[in-house]
Amino acid sequence: MWTEWTIATKFLREGRSQSALILIGIGVGVAVIVFITALITGLQDNIIDRTLGTQAHIKLSAPEEINRILPVDDDSVQLILESKRAQRLRSINNWLQLRDVLDSLPEVTAVSPIISGPAFARRGEALQSVALVGIDSERYQQILPISDDMIDGIFSVGAGKAVIGKQLAIELGISVGDKLRLQTGQDGDSVLSVAGIFELGVRELDARYVYLDMSQAQSLLNLPGAATVIDMTVTQIFNADEIATRIRKLTGQKVESWMETNAQLLNALQSQSLSTNMISVFVALSVALGIASVLSVSVVQRTREIGILRAIGISRSKMLRVFLIQGALFGLLGSLLGGLSGYLLVWVFNTFGPKLFFIPVDPNLLFAATVLATLTGVVSASIPARRAAQLDPVEAIRHV
Amino acid sequence: MSENPGHNQLEEVLRLRGVRKSYNVGLPTETEVLHGINLTLQRRDFAALIGNSGSGKSTLLNLVGLLDTPTSGEIEVLGEATHTIGDRRRTMLRGRSIGFVFQFHHLIQAFTALENVLMPLMVAHGKPSAKQNALALSLLKEVGLGDYASRKPDQLSGGQQQRVAVARALVTHPALLLADEPTGNLDSKSAAEVFDLFRKFNQKFGCAVLLVTHDANLSGQCDRIITLTDGRIESDSGGVVSIDQ
Repeated sequence: MWTEWTIATKFLREGRSQSALILIGIGVGVAVIVFITALITGLQDNIIDRTLGTQAHIKLSAPEEINRILPVDDDSVQLILESKRAQRLRSINNWLQLRDVLDSLPEVTAVSPIISGPAFARRGEALQSVALVGIDSERYQQILPISDDMIDGIFSVGAGKAVIGKQLAIELGISVGDKLRLQTGQDGDSVLSVAGIFELGVRELDARYVYLDMSQAQSLLNLPGAATVIDMTVTQIFNADEIATRIRKLTGQKVESWMETNAQLLNALQSQSLSTNMISVFVALSVALGIASVLSVSVVQRTREIGILRAIGISRSKMLRVFLIQGALFGLLGSLLGGLSGYLLVWVFNTFGPKLFFIPVDPNLLFAATVLATLTGVVSASIPARRAAQLDPVEAIRHV
Repeated sequence: MSENPGHNQLEEVLRLRGVRKSYNVGLPTETEVLHGINLTLQRRDFAALIGNSGSGKSTLLNLVGLLDTPTSGEIEVLGEATHTIGDRRRTMLRGRSIGFVFQFHHLIQAFTALENVLMPLMVAHGKPSAKQNALALSLLKEVGLGDYASRKPDQLSGGQQQRVAVARALVTHPALLLADEPTGNLDSKSAAEVFDLFRKFNQKFGCAVLLVTHDANLSGQCDRIITLTDGRIESDSGGVVSIDQ
């Protein structure tokens, strides 16, 4: 291998300007791939973070109420005009036991039973429709660490206390310590003091959520001891669908993963990944063609030298390797150059860019790009290398 | 420099038996260039191969140099039949036993004079040893280029390049040195120097020399003159053993 390596590197150094140009070409290609991959990965992580930052990965609720149709005799025809049942707010059966079962699942990281229902928030003449969310504070914070998003007061839902969103606070003119009157259709009516105000950055939540203690919400919604939803988070967010299916089979309840409720988002992310991959493939293809064409030209230019080397006893396989090594070196050096430029671009984006989101720097990406580019170099070199190895020494020597 | 006194000067290095070569075999344009060549060369031979252009000289040289294979007939190098061996073995035999000097002093431009001389050893054995380095350097000195070892070919004159090529051809101590118009591109002084080198190495190493040339002055100085006309050996004078027809 020493001989092949020596000849290959000497050849590359001899055709310095040619080598430099193709290295820059490969570098630009790899930089584009690295940057665009990092950018899209960063963007997608960011979108998923934001989406899942304010919602559970899996939600379990009571199955919908349906009409039972009385079976008829085999030989009769049944015509049905069905009026679907209204879905009243109701508790999940045996939710305490369910909660304990879910707690024991290894892939589920947090379980938080919630009772949630509609209500009106009133202060003086102002009236706003809100969503009551009765929580077990400690469990809920494992799903959504809302203490981090408090802009005023503290997150505390103890007896007689509520925590509301910023938007609602503005609309009702409430600040921390003020009283808030909550009314439900179930004759529930109570006055709570606002312990804190949060801002999650999602308008719907900031305008509508009112966090209460579970028992407070149960009495307001007239569902003593009930929980309407169990929120869960999982370790592998993209396995949420699978885990949801398993829990559905296990419990017989209605179980939805974030992937179902955000199907459009997922679809968009997948299309984005697909187009990124397409760009990467085409850039890689042009890099490969660039390497192949430079080496093809080199084989033609060196035809006579190849003939001489063959005459003085270099074997076909060594000749082949001389050019494969050149391809590999192009890939390796070009991708190192490109990888570093790609990271420079990422750094520039993170430092001077619009700062909408941060692109994480993944060293594995550089490693993968380098390995892939080196392999691409070898593969692209294979055609010119074969031509070099197959050259007829007699004709090669005569070549001018 | 190691001399080879052990070699029997009459040892046969090359034998051709009924060698024919056709081009475009199987096509309507098929032409036979060599029509049954019989030839032997011994270590002490210093032979010129002459003939008009188109007589098949270069074809014969390529066959003898194992760069090409005959359409029929046998070529033995150092007693080893070559028509049955594969490309790998043929390449190895060529690298080890045959040295080439071409008209256009084909050196590899990316390497220094010394590295060019070492090239046949490098392609055969990998990284050259100190001993091989010393041998190559002594050969360069022998051809009068001891001080030019680290120069690249483009920093050498045509005559100097050709002398490097001679040193390269000899670094493996080949049994047979083939030269195709080795002085065709040189001024008369350089040509004479290169020719003297062939002579010197023929005597010193016991390496048979077969030299294709148009230059009557050059061929006149050879011990043996093989004349090729229309793909047949027309005359073979001065050889130790005459060709067996």
